[in-house]
Amino acid sequence: MLELSICVGSACHLKGSYDVIEKFKKYINDNNLTNSIIIKAAFCLGHCTEAVSVKFNNKIYSVEPETAEIFLEEIVLTNII
Amino acid sequence: MKKKFDNHAQYIKYKVLKELIKSEKGGNLTKELLSIPERIIPGPNAGTRCCIYKERAIIGERIKNVLHTSKNPVVNIIDLACDECPVYRFSVTEACRGCLAHHCQENCPVGAIEIVNKRAHINQEKCIECGKCRDVCPFEAISDVKRPCKTSCKVEALNINPETKKAIIDKNKCINCGACVSRCPFGAITDKSHILDIMKIINESKHNTQYKVYCIVAPSISAQFPDAEIDNVVSAIKQLGFYEVVEAAIGADIVANYESKLLENELKHKKFITSSCCPAFVSYIKLKYPELIENISTSVSPMIATARLIRSTDENARIIFIGPCVGKKAEITCDNLKDDIQYSMSFEELIAFLDAYEIDPAECKGSPLDNASYFGRIFAHSGGVTKAIQNSIEEQNLNIELKPVICDGLEECDKALKLAKLGRLNGNFIEGMACKGGCVNGPVSLYKKKSGANIINTHANKAKEKSTKDSLRVFNLENINLEL
Repeated sequence: MLELSICVGSACHLKGSYDVIEKFKKYINDNNLTNSIIIKAAFCLGHCTEAVSVKFNNKIYSVEPETAEIFLEEIVLTNII
Repeated sequence: MKKKFDNHAQYIKYKVLKELIKSEKGGNLTKELLSIPERIIPGPNAGTRCCIYKERAIIGERIKNVLHTSKNPVVNIIDLACDECPVYRFSVTEACRGCLAHHCQENCPVGAIEIVNKRAHINQEKCIECGKCRDVCPFEAISDVKRPCKTSCKVEALNINPETKKAIIDKNKCINCGACVSRCPFGAITDKSHILDIMKIINESKHNTQYKVYCIVAPSISAQFPDAEIDNVVSAIKQLGFYEVVEAAIGADIVANYESKLLENELKHKKFITSSCCPAFVSYIKLKYPELIENISTSVSPMIATARLIRSTDENARIIFIGPCVGKKAEITCDNLKDDIQYSMSFEELIAFLDAYEIDPAECKGSPLDNASYFGRIFAHSGGVTKAIQNSIEEQNLNIELKPVICDGLEECDKALKLAKLGRLNGNFIEGMACKGGCVNGPVSLYKKKSGANIINTHANKAKEKSTKDSLRVFNLENINLEL
Protein backbone atom coordinates (compact mmCIF):
# COMPACT_ATOMS: atom_id res chain seq x y z
CA MET A 1 0.00 0.00 0.00
CA LEU A 2 1.38 3.38 -0.99
CA GLU A 3 0.66 6.32 1.26
CA LEU A 4 0.15 9.90 0.19
CA SER A 5 -0.11 12.67 2.79
CA ILE A 6 -1.64 15.87 1.54
CA CYS A 7 -1.31 19.08 3.51
CA VAL A 8 -4.64 20.57 4.50
CA GLY A 9 -3.13 23.35 6.61
CA SER A 10 -4.45 26.86 5.93
CA ALA A 11 -1.79 27.89 3.41
CA CYS A 12 -2.12 24.74 1.31
CA HIS A 13 -5.88 24.80 1.61
CA LEU A 14 -5.97 28.26 0.06
CA LYS A 15 -3.74 26.99 -2.76
CA GLY A 16 -6.24 24.25 -3.53
CA SER A 17 -5.24 21.24 -1.43
CA TYR A 18 -8.89 20.17 -1.08
CA ASP A 19 -9.10 20.11 -4.89
CA VAL A 20 -5.87 18.12 -5.10
CA ILE A 21 -7.31 15.54 -2.69
CA GLU A 22 -10.54 15.32 -4.67
CA LYS A 23 -8.61 14.83 -7.90
CA PHE A 24 -6.48 12.12 -6.27
CA LYS A 25 -9.56 10.37 -4.91
CA LYS A 26 -11.32 10.48 -8.26
CA TYR A 27 -8.27 9.17 -10.10
CA ILE A 28 -7.82 6.36 -7.58
CA ASN A 29 -11.49 5.36 -7.86
CA ASP A 30 -11.63 5.62 -11.65
CA ASN A 31 -8.53 3.45 -12.01
CA ASN A 32 -9.38 0.86 -9.33
CA LEU A 33 -6.43 1.78 -7.19
CA THR A 34 -8.22 1.90 -3.83
CA ASN A 35 -6.30 -1.14 -2.67
CA SER A 36 -2.96 0.26 -3.73
CA ILE A 37 -2.96 3.90 -2.66
CA ILE A 38 -4.15 5.42 0.59
CA ILE A 39 -4.76 9.14 0.99
CA LYS A 40 -4.19 10.91 4.28
CA ALA A 41 -4.54 14.51 5.40
CA ALA A 42 -1.86 16.33 7.39
CA PHE A 43 -1.96 19.73 9.04
CA CYS A 44 1.13 21.40 7.61
CA LEU A 45 4.09 19.59 6.11
CA GLY A 46 6.36 22.54 6.61
CA HIS A 47 6.63 23.80 3.03
CA CYS A 48 4.10 26.59 3.13
CA THR A 49 5.62 28.85 0.50
CA GLU A 50 5.30 26.43 -2.42
CA ALA A 51 2.18 24.91 -4.01
CA VAL A 52 0.21 22.20 -2.19
CA SER A 53 2.58 19.93 -0.25
CA VAL A 54 2.24 16.20 -0.80
CA LYS A 55 4.39 13.71 1.09
CA PHE A 56 5.26 10.48 -0.66
CA ASN A 57 8.06 8.06 0.28
CA ASN A 58 9.33 10.59 2.83
CA LYS A 59 9.78 13.23 0.17
CA ILE A 60 7.73 16.42 -0.09
CA TYR A 61 6.41 17.30 -3.51
CA SER A 62 4.73 20.49 -4.59
CA VAL A 63 1.51 19.74 -6.46
CA GLU A 64 -1.17 21.96 -7.95
CA PRO A 65 -4.74 20.89 -8.68
CA GLU A 66 -3.85 21.08 -12.39
CA THR A 67 -0.82 18.82 -12.01
CA ALA A 68 -2.42 16.30 -9.62
CA GLU A 69 -3.01 13.60 -12.21
CA ILE A 70 0.40 13.96 -13.82
CA PHE A 71 1.98 13.73 -10.37
CA LEU A 72 0.15 10.47 -9.67
CA GLU A 73 1.09 8.98 -13.01
CA GLU A 74 4.70 10.07 -13.09
CA ILE A 75 5.76 9.88 -9.46
CA VAL A 76 3.41 7.56 -7.62
CA LEU A 77 2.24 4.93 -10.06
CA THR A 78 5.77 4.11 -11.19
CA ASN A 79 6.16 2.62 -7.70
CA ILE A 80 3.25 0.21 -8.00
CA ILE A 81 4.58 -2.38 -10.44
CA MET B 1 -0.22 52.88 25.06
CA LYS B 2 -3.05 51.73 22.86
CA LYS B 3 -5.99 50.43 24.84
CA LYS B 4 -5.57 46.70 24.95
CA PHE B 5 -7.50 45.82 28.05
CA ASP B 6 -11.01 45.83 29.31
CA ASN B 7 -10.00 47.33 32.65
CA HIS B 8 -7.08 47.82 35.04
CA ALA B 9 -7.67 44.59 36.97
CA GLN B 10 -7.18 42.70 33.72
CA TYR B 11 -4.04 44.74 33.09
CA ILE B 12 -2.50 43.68 36.42
CA LYS B 13 -3.35 40.03 35.69
CA TYR B 14 -1.61 40.48 32.34
CA LYS B 15 1.48 42.04 33.90
CA VAL B 16 1.93 39.12 36.28
CA LEU B 17 1.66 36.63 33.43
CA LYS B 18 4.00 38.64 31.23
CA GLU B 19 6.69 38.95 33.91
CA LEU B 20 6.51 35.23 34.70
CA ILE B 21 6.78 34.32 31.02
CA LYS B 22 9.70 36.70 30.55
CA SER B 23 11.61 35.15 33.44
CA GLU B 24 10.83 31.60 32.34
CA LYS B 25 11.91 32.43 28.80
CA GLY B 26 15.26 33.70 30.05
CA GLY B 27 15.64 30.58 32.23
CA ASN B 28 15.70 32.74 35.36
CA LEU B 29 12.29 32.07 36.87
CA THR B 30 13.53 30.66 40.19
CA LYS B 31 16.06 33.43 40.59
CA GLU B 32 13.69 36.25 39.72
CA LEU B 33 10.51 34.95 41.31
CA LEU B 34 10.82 36.94 44.51
CA SER B 35 11.54 40.18 42.71
CA ILE B 36 8.54 40.01 40.38
CA PRO B 37 6.09 41.63 42.87
CA GLU B 38 8.47 44.56 43.25
CA ARG B 39 8.91 44.85 39.50
CA ILE B 40 5.14 45.13 39.08
CA ILE B 41 4.53 47.37 42.11
CA PRO B 42 7.61 49.61 42.24
CA GLY B 43 6.08 52.13 44.67
CA PRO B 44 6.64 54.38 46.48
CA ASN B 45 2.89 54.98 46.63
CA ALA B 46 0.18 52.36 46.71
CA GLY B 47 -2.41 52.40 43.92
CA THR B 48 -5.58 50.94 45.39
CA ARG B 49 -4.69 49.06 48.58
CA CYS B 50 -3.50 50.30 51.95
CA CYS B 51 0.19 50.03 51.13
CA ILE B 52 2.59 48.71 48.51
CA TYR B 53 3.42 45.74 50.73
CA LYS B 54 -0.11 44.43 50.55
CA GLU B 55 -0.18 45.10 46.84
CA ARG B 56 3.04 43.13 46.41
CA ALA B 57 1.72 40.31 48.58
CA ILE B 58 -1.33 40.09 46.31
CA ILE B 59 0.96 39.85 43.29
CA GLY B 60 2.67 36.98 45.14
CA GLU B 61 -0.69 35.22 45.46
CA ARG B 62 -1.37 35.73 41.75
CA ILE B 63 2.01 34.18 40.98
CA LYS B 64 1.12 31.15 43.13
CA ASN B 65 -2.02 30.67 41.05
CA VAL B 66 0.13 30.32 37.96
CA LEU B 67 2.84 28.19 39.60
CA HIS B 68 0.76 25.39 41.07
CA THR B 69 0.26 22.72 38.46
CA SER B 70 -3.12 21.22 39.37
CA LYS B 71 -5.81 21.78 36.73
CA ASN B 72 -8.63 21.96 39.26
CA PRO B 73 -10.33 24.04 40.51
CA VAL B 74 -10.27 26.33 37.52
CA VAL B 75 -11.80 29.36 39.23
CA ASN B 76 -10.00 30.50 42.35
CA ILE B 77 -10.40 33.33 44.84
CA ILE B 78 -7.32 35.24 45.83
CA ASP B 79 -8.29 35.77 49.46
CA LEU B 80 -5.91 38.61 50.06
CA ALA B 81 -7.17 40.49 47.00
CA CYS B 82 -10.84 40.17 47.99
CA ASP B 83 -11.71 43.59 49.33
CA GLU B 84 -14.61 42.36 51.46
CA CYS B 85 -17.13 44.52 49.60
CA PRO B 86 -20.26 45.35 51.60
CA VAL B 87 -22.51 42.36 52.04
CA TYR B 88 -25.62 44.38 52.76
CA ARG B 89 -27.25 45.87 49.75
CA PHE B 90 -28.96 49.02 51.09
CA SER B 91 -27.51 51.52 53.48
CA VAL B 92 -28.23 55.10 54.50
CA THR B 93 -25.61 57.60 53.36
CA GLU B 94 -24.51 61.01 54.62
CA ALA B 95 -27.12 62.55 52.35
CA CYS B 96 -29.85 61.62 54.84
CA ARG B 97 -31.19 64.89 56.24
CA GLY B 98 -33.15 63.33 59.05
CA CYS B 99 -36.35 64.75 57.60
CA LEU B 100 -39.76 64.92 59.21
CA ALA B 101 -41.62 62.85 56.64
CA HIS B 102 -39.72 59.57 57.14
CA HIS B 103 -40.94 58.21 53.80
CA CYS B 104 -38.40 55.42 54.14
CA GLN B 105 -39.82 54.23 57.43
CA GLU B 106 -43.43 54.59 56.26
CA ASN B 107 -42.79 52.53 53.11
CA CYS B 108 -40.66 49.78 54.57
CA PRO B 109 -42.83 46.64 54.56
CA VAL B 110 -40.84 44.92 57.29
CA GLY B 111 -40.12 47.73 59.73
CA ALA B 112 -36.40 47.63 59.10
CA ILE B 113 -35.90 51.41 59.24
CA GLU B 114 -35.09 52.81 62.63
CA ILE B 115 -34.41 56.43 63.46
CA VAL B 116 -31.15 56.71 65.33
CA ASN B 117 -29.80 60.13 66.33
CA LYS B 118 -32.51 61.77 64.19
CA ARG B 119 -31.39 59.91 61.09
CA ALA B 120 -32.58 56.81 59.29
CA HIS B 121 -30.76 53.56 59.93
CA ILE B 122 -31.43 50.18 58.28
CA ASN B 123 -31.60 47.17 60.54
CA GLN B 124 -29.89 44.66 58.27
CA GLU B 125 -31.31 41.71 60.21
CA LYS B 126 -34.81 42.74 59.11
CA CYS B 127 -34.10 44.21 55.64
CA ILE B 128 -35.43 42.11 52.77
CA GLU B 129 -33.70 44.21 50.09
CA CYS B 130 -36.93 45.28 48.36
CA GLY B 131 -35.57 48.75 47.60
CA LYS B 132 -38.72 50.69 48.53
CA CYS B 133 -36.80 53.02 50.89
CA ARG B 134 -34.41 53.90 48.07
CA ASP B 135 -37.29 54.66 45.71
CA VAL B 136 -39.12 57.00 48.07
CA CYS B 137 -36.27 58.98 49.65
CA PRO B 138 -36.51 62.58 48.34
CA PHE B 139 -32.76 63.08 48.92
CA GLU B 140 -31.67 59.83 47.23
CA ALA B 141 -29.84 59.12 50.45
CA ILE B 142 -30.14 55.35 50.32
CA SER B 143 -27.30 53.69 48.47
CA ASP B 144 -27.77 50.44 46.60
CA VAL B 145 -24.58 48.42 46.41
CA LYS B 146 -24.64 44.89 45.10
CA ARG B 147 -21.56 42.77 45.59
CA PRO B 148 -20.46 42.32 41.98
CA CYS B 149 -19.17 38.77 42.35
CA LYS B 150 -22.35 37.55 44.01
CA THR B 151 -24.67 39.11 41.43
CA SER B 152 -22.54 37.78 38.58
CA CYS B 153 -22.97 34.19 39.77
CA LYS B 154 -26.18 32.67 38.41
CA VAL B 155 -25.88 29.38 40.27
CA GLU B 156 -25.42 30.65 43.85
CA ALA B 157 -21.97 29.07 43.92
CA LEU B 158 -20.43 32.28 45.14
CA ASN B 159 -21.05 33.07 48.76
CA ILE B 160 -19.63 35.30 51.43
CA ASN B 161 -17.87 33.80 54.40
CA PRO B 162 -19.80 35.39 57.29
CA GLU B 163 -16.74 35.58 59.51
CA THR B 164 -14.10 36.89 57.13
CA LYS B 165 -16.52 38.62 54.71
CA LYS B 166 -14.41 37.18 51.89
CA ALA B 167 -15.94 35.56 48.84
CA ILE B 168 -15.91 31.76 48.72
CA ILE B 169 -16.78 29.42 45.86
CA ASP B 170 -18.76 26.25 46.32
CA LYS B 171 -16.86 23.87 44.05
CA ASN B 172 -19.82 21.53 43.76
CA LYS B 173 -21.99 24.28 42.32
CA CYS B 174 -19.53 26.31 40.23
CA ILE B 175 -20.11 25.79 36.49
CA ASN B 176 -16.91 27.61 35.50
CA CYS B 177 -18.75 30.20 33.42
CA GLY B 178 -16.12 32.73 34.44
CA ALA B 179 -18.59 35.57 35.03
CA CYS B 180 -17.14 36.35 38.47
CA VAL B 181 -13.60 36.33 37.04
CA SER B 182 -14.38 39.20 34.72
CA ARG B 183 -16.75 41.01 37.09
CA CYS B 184 -14.72 41.31 40.31
CA PRO B 185 -13.46 44.93 40.24
CA PHE B 186 -10.51 43.99 42.44
CA GLY B 187 -9.39 41.14 40.21
CA ALA B 188 -9.67 38.84 43.21
CA ILE B 189 -11.19 35.97 41.27
CA THR B 190 -9.00 34.37 38.70
CA ASP B 191 -8.89 31.46 36.31
CA LYS B 192 -6.04 28.97 36.67
CA SER B 193 -3.27 29.69 34.20
CA HIS B 194 -1.10 26.91 32.77
CA ILE B 195 1.08 29.21 30.73
CA LEU B 196 4.31 27.83 32.22
CA ASP B 197 3.24 24.24 31.51
CA ILE B 198 2.43 25.27 27.95
CA MET B 199 5.88 26.84 27.57
CA LYS B 200 7.40 23.61 28.84
CA ILE B 201 5.53 21.56 26.22
CA ILE B 202 6.76 23.92 23.50
CA ASN B 203 10.36 23.86 24.79
CA GLU B 204 10.51 20.10 25.13
CA SER B 205 9.26 19.67 21.58
CA LYS B 206 12.73 20.93 20.56
CA HIS B 207 11.36 23.11 17.77
CA ASN B 208 8.65 20.58 16.98
CA THR B 209 11.09 17.77 16.29
CA GLN B 210 10.27 15.51 19.28
CA TYR B 211 6.55 15.96 18.68
CA LYS B 212 4.49 18.70 17.13
CA VAL B 213 2.63 21.33 19.15
CA TYR B 214 -0.60 22.42 17.50
CA CYS B 215 -2.69 25.34 18.55
CA ILE B 216 -6.44 25.47 18.09
CA VAL B 217 -7.86 28.99 18.07
CA ALA B 218 -11.46 29.90 18.80
CA PRO B 219 -13.17 31.88 16.02
CA SER B 220 -13.64 34.81 18.40
CA ILE B 221 -9.92 35.52 17.97
CA SER B 222 -10.97 37.61 14.97
CA ALA B 223 -12.36 40.24 17.37
CA GLN B 224 -9.33 40.34 19.68
CA PHE B 225 -6.67 42.23 17.75
CA PRO B 226 -8.16 45.40 16.27
CA ASP B 227 -4.76 46.55 14.98
CA ALA B 228 -3.79 43.38 13.14
CA GLU B 229 -5.29 41.11 10.52
CA ILE B 230 -6.01 37.54 11.55
CA ASP B 231 -3.18 36.38 9.25
CA ASN B 232 -0.69 38.44 11.21
CA VAL B 233 -1.99 37.07 14.51
CA VAL B 234 -1.60 33.49 13.30
CA SER B 235 1.94 34.21 12.19
CA ALA B 236 2.66 35.74 15.61
CA ILE B 237 1.29 32.65 17.39
CA LYS B 238 3.55 30.43 15.27
CA GLN B 239 6.53 32.53 16.31
CA LEU B 240 5.83 31.47 19.89
CA GLY B 241 6.86 27.98 18.84
CA PHE B 242 3.64 26.37 17.68
CA TYR B 243 3.94 24.11 14.67
CA GLU B 244 0.56 24.92 13.19
CA VAL B 245 -2.51 26.98 14.04
CA VAL B 246 -5.87 25.38 13.26
CA GLU B 247 -9.21 27.10 13.62
CA ALA B 248 -11.69 25.55 16.05
CA ALA B 249 -14.33 26.54 13.51
CA ILE B 250 -13.46 23.46 11.45
CA GLY B 251 -14.51 21.45 14.51
CA ALA B 252 -17.67 23.54 14.59
CA ASP B 253 -18.37 22.48 11.00
CA ILE B 254 -17.86 18.87 12.06
CA VAL B 255 -20.21 19.35 15.02
CA ALA B 256 -22.90 21.08 12.92
CA ASN B 257 -22.76 18.24 10.42
CA TYR B 258 -22.85 15.55 13.11
CA GLU B 259 -25.36 17.19 15.42
CA SER B 260 -27.89 17.75 12.65
CA LYS B 261 -27.88 14.00 11.93
CA LEU B 262 -28.08 13.32 15.65
CA LEU B 263 -31.10 15.64 15.89
CA GLU B 264 -32.85 13.76 13.10
CA ASN B 265 -32.50 10.53 15.06
CA GLU B 266 -33.06 11.78 18.58
CA LEU B 267 -36.06 13.97 17.86
CA LYS B 268 -37.97 10.86 16.80
CA HIS B 269 -38.25 9.90 20.45
CA LYS B 270 -37.29 13.04 22.37
CA LYS B 271 -39.19 16.30 22.55
CA PHE B 272 -36.10 18.47 22.33
CA ILE B 273 -32.30 18.48 22.32
CA THR B 274 -29.96 21.13 23.66
CA SER B 275 -26.64 22.19 22.16
CA SER B 276 -23.48 20.97 23.91
CA CYS B 277 -20.79 23.33 22.64
CA CYS B 278 -20.83 25.70 25.65
CA PRO B 279 -19.37 23.85 28.65
CA ALA B 280 -20.89 26.23 31.21
CA PHE B 281 -24.36 25.74 29.71
CA VAL B 282 -23.95 21.97 29.84
CA SER B 283 -22.79 22.18 33.47
CA TYR B 284 -25.74 24.45 34.23
CA ILE B 285 -28.20 21.82 33.01
CA LYS B 286 -26.44 19.09 34.99
CA LEU B 287 -26.56 21.20 38.13
CA LYS B 288 -29.99 22.81 37.93
CA TYR B 289 -31.98 20.50 35.67
CA PRO B 290 -30.57 17.00 36.13
CA GLU B 291 -33.81 15.52 34.80
CA LEU B 292 -32.95 17.07 31.40
CA ILE B 293 -29.48 15.55 31.12
CA GLU B 294 -30.65 13.03 28.55
CA ASN B 295 -31.72 15.92 26.31
CA ILE B 296 -28.20 17.32 26.05
CA SER B 297 -26.63 16.62 22.66
CA THR B 298 -24.06 13.85 22.98
CA SER B 299 -21.80 15.49 20.42
CA VAL B 300 -18.39 16.67 21.57
CA SER B 301 -17.66 20.41 21.41
CA PRO B 302 -15.99 22.03 18.37
CA MET B 303 -12.74 22.31 20.37
CA ILE B 304 -12.65 18.55 21.00
CA ALA B 305 -13.75 17.72 17.44
CA THR B 306 -10.87 19.83 16.09
CA ALA B 307 -8.42 18.15 18.44
CA ARG B 308 -9.57 14.71 17.34
CA LEU B 309 -9.32 15.73 13.70
CA ILE B 310 -5.72 16.88 14.26
CA ARG B 311 -4.87 13.73 16.20
CA SER B 312 -6.28 11.59 13.38
CA THR B 313 -3.51 13.05 11.21
CA ASP B 314 -0.79 13.03 13.88
CA GLU B 315 -1.28 10.69 16.82
CA ASN B 316 1.69 12.16 18.65
CA ALA B 317 0.33 15.71 18.54
CA ARG B 318 0.33 17.98 21.58
CA ILE B 319 -2.62 20.33 21.38
CA ILE B 320 -3.25 23.68 23.09
CA PHE B 321 -6.54 25.55 22.82
CA ILE B 322 -6.65 29.35 22.81
CA GLY B 323 -9.97 31.05 23.45
CA PRO B 324 -12.08 33.54 25.41
CA CYS B 325 -13.41 30.89 27.75
CA VAL B 326 -12.91 29.80 31.36
CA GLY B 327 -15.24 26.82 30.93
CA LYS B 328 -12.95 25.26 28.32
CA LYS B 329 -10.25 25.02 31.00
CA ALA B 330 -12.63 22.84 32.99
CA GLU B 331 -13.98 20.92 30.00
CA ILE B 332 -10.54 19.51 29.12
CA THR B 333 -10.20 17.98 32.58
CA CYS B 334 -13.26 15.71 32.09
CA ASP B 335 -12.26 12.05 32.30
CA ASN B 336 -13.33 11.19 28.77
CA LEU B 337 -11.72 14.28 27.22
CA LYS B 338 -8.48 14.69 29.12
CA ASP B 339 -6.31 13.11 26.42
CA ASP B 340 -7.67 15.34 23.67
CA ILE B 341 -6.28 18.71 24.68
CA GLN B 342 -3.23 19.24 26.86
CA TYR B 343 -4.01 22.78 28.03
CA SER B 344 -6.38 25.64 27.39
CA MET B 345 -5.12 29.21 27.27
CA SER B 346 -7.09 32.47 27.40
CA PHE B 347 -6.77 35.46 25.09
CA GLU B 348 -5.46 37.32 28.15
CA GLU B 349 -2.66 34.79 28.44
CA LEU B 350 -2.00 34.93 24.70
CA ILE B 351 -1.41 38.67 24.72
CA ALA B 352 0.94 38.34 27.72
CA PHE B 353 2.79 35.52 25.93
CA LEU B 354 3.22 37.59 22.76
CA ASP B 355 4.28 40.73 24.63
CA ALA B 356 6.78 38.84 26.79
CA TYR B 357 8.36 37.52 23.58
CA GLU B 358 8.17 41.03 22.10
CA ILE B 359 6.14 39.79 19.15
CA ASP B 360 3.82 42.40 17.70
CA PRO B 361 1.20 40.79 15.45
CA ALA B 362 0.88 44.02 13.46
CA GLU B 363 4.51 43.62 12.38
CA CYS B 364 4.32 39.91 11.55
CA LYS B 365 4.26 38.63 8.01
CA GLY B 366 0.90 37.06 7.25
CA SER B 367 0.15 33.38 7.60
CA PRO B 368 -3.40 32.42 6.70
CA LEU B 369 -6.04 30.77 8.88
CA ASP B 370 -8.50 29.02 6.65
CA ASN B 371 -10.06 25.59 6.92
CA ALA B 372 -13.55 26.16 8.20
CA SER B 373 -16.64 27.42 6.45
CA TYR B 374 -18.69 30.51 7.12
CA PHE B 375 -20.99 28.42 9.31
CA GLY B 376 -18.23 26.98 11.48
CA ARG B 377 -16.98 30.45 12.22
CA ILE B 378 -20.30 31.96 13.29
CA PHE B 379 -20.53 29.48 16.20
CA ALA B 380 -18.76 32.27 18.09
CA HIS B 381 -21.85 34.45 18.43
CA SER B 382 -25.31 33.84 19.79
CA GLY B 383 -27.57 32.36 17.11
CA GLY B 384 -24.64 31.06 15.06
CA VAL B 385 -24.91 27.44 16.16
CA THR B 386 -28.56 27.36 15.13
CA LYS B 387 -27.80 28.86 11.71
CA ALA B 388 -25.03 26.33 11.13
CA ILE B 389 -27.25 23.40 12.09
CA GLN B 390 -30.09 24.69 9.96
CA ASN B 391 -27.67 24.86 7.03
CA SER B 392 -26.41 21.32 7.70
CA ILE B 393 -29.97 20.00 7.79
CA GLU B 394 -30.66 21.53 4.38
CA GLU B 395 -27.33 20.38 2.94
CA GLN B 396 -27.94 16.80 3.92
CA ASN B 397 -31.66 16.84 3.09
CA LEU B 398 -32.52 15.63 6.57
CA ASN B 399 -36.08 15.00 7.47
CA ILE B 400 -36.57 17.35 10.41
CA GLU B 401 -38.11 20.70 10.99
CA LEU B 402 -35.84 22.57 13.38
CA LYS B 403 -37.69 24.78 15.81
CA PRO B 404 -34.87 26.56 17.61
CA VAL B 405 -34.99 28.43 20.90
CA ILE B 406 -31.92 30.65 20.97
CA CYS B 407 -30.78 31.51 24.49
CA ASP B 408 -28.35 34.38 24.80
CA GLY B 409 -26.82 34.25 28.28
CA LEU B 410 -27.57 32.05 31.29
CA GLU B 411 -30.75 33.89 32.28
CA GLU B 412 -32.38 33.13 28.94
CA CYS B 413 -31.07 29.57 29.14
CA ASP B 414 -32.77 29.16 32.49
CA LYS B 415 -36.12 30.39 31.16
CA ALA B 416 -36.04 27.91 28.28
CA LEU B 417 -34.95 25.03 30.50
CA LYS B 418 -37.69 25.82 33.00
CA LEU B 419 -40.29 25.65 30.23
CA ALA B 420 -38.70 22.48 28.86
CA LYS B 421 -38.91 20.85 32.27
CA LEU B 422 -42.62 21.64 32.38
CA GLY B 423 -43.04 20.27 28.85
CA ARG B 424 -43.98 23.71 27.56
CA LEU B 425 -40.94 24.57 25.44
CA ASN B 426 -41.96 26.19 22.19
CA GLY B 427 -39.37 24.44 20.07
CA ASN B 428 -37.28 21.30 19.69
CA PHE B 429 -33.73 22.63 19.89
CA ILE B 430 -32.21 24.84 22.59
CA GLU B 431 -29.08 26.72 21.64
CA GLY B 432 -27.52 27.67 24.95
CA MET B 433 -24.64 30.04 25.52
CA ALA B 434 -23.65 31.13 29.01
CA CYS B 435 -22.05 34.39 27.91
CA LYS B 436 -24.30 37.14 26.64
CA GLY B 437 -23.64 37.62 22.93
CA GLY B 438 -21.86 34.27 22.77
CA CYS B 439 -18.19 33.26 22.92
CA VAL B 440 -17.10 36.55 21.40
CA ASN B 441 -17.86 38.13 24.78
CA GLY B 442 -16.12 35.42 26.78
CA PRO B 443 -14.89 36.36 30.27
CA VAL B 444 -11.18 36.06 29.52
CA SER B 445 -11.18 37.90 26.21
CA LEU B 446 -9.57 41.31 25.87
CA TYR B 447 -12.32 43.17 24.12
CA LYS B 448 -15.94 42.79 24.94
CA LYS B 449 -17.57 45.03 22.40
CA LYS B 450 -21.12 45.26 21.16
CA SER B 451 -19.84 44.99 17.60
CA GLY B 452 -18.36 41.55 18.34
CA ALA B 453 -20.97 39.67 16.29
CA ASN B 454 -20.33 41.91 13.26
CA ILE B 455 -16.59 41.28 13.44
CA ILE B 456 -17.27 37.52 13.60
CA ASN B 457 -19.55 37.75 10.57
CA THR B 458 -16.96 39.69 8.57
CA HIS B 459 -14.36 37.05 9.46
CA ALA B 460 -16.82 34.28 8.57
CA ASN B 461 -17.50 35.82 5.17
CA LYS B 462 -13.81 35.62 4.30
CA ALA B 463 -13.76 31.82 4.57
CA LYS B 464 -12.80 30.14 1.31
CA GLU B 465 -15.27 27.35 1.91
CA LYS B 466 -18.77 28.74 1.90
CA SER B 467 -20.62 25.86 3.52
CA THR B 468 -20.03 22.99 5.91
CA LYS B 469 -20.28 20.39 3.17
CA ASP B 470 -17.43 22.14 1.34
CA SER B 471 -15.13 22.52 4.32
CA LEU B 472 -15.50 18.86 5.32
CA ARG B 473 -15.38 17.29 1.87
CA VAL B 474 -11.83 15.95 2.17
CA PHE B 475 -11.90 14.56 5.70
CA ASN B 476 -12.67 10.95 6.62
CA LEU B 477 -14.90 11.73 9.55
CA GLU B 478 -16.12 8.14 9.97
CA ASN B 479 -12.88 7.35 11.79
CA ILE B 480 -13.29 10.17 14.31
CA ASN B 481 -15.27 9.55 17.46
CA LEU B 482 -17.57 12.53 18.01
CA GLU B 483 -19.50 11.15 20.95
CA LEU B 484 -18.88 12.48 24.43
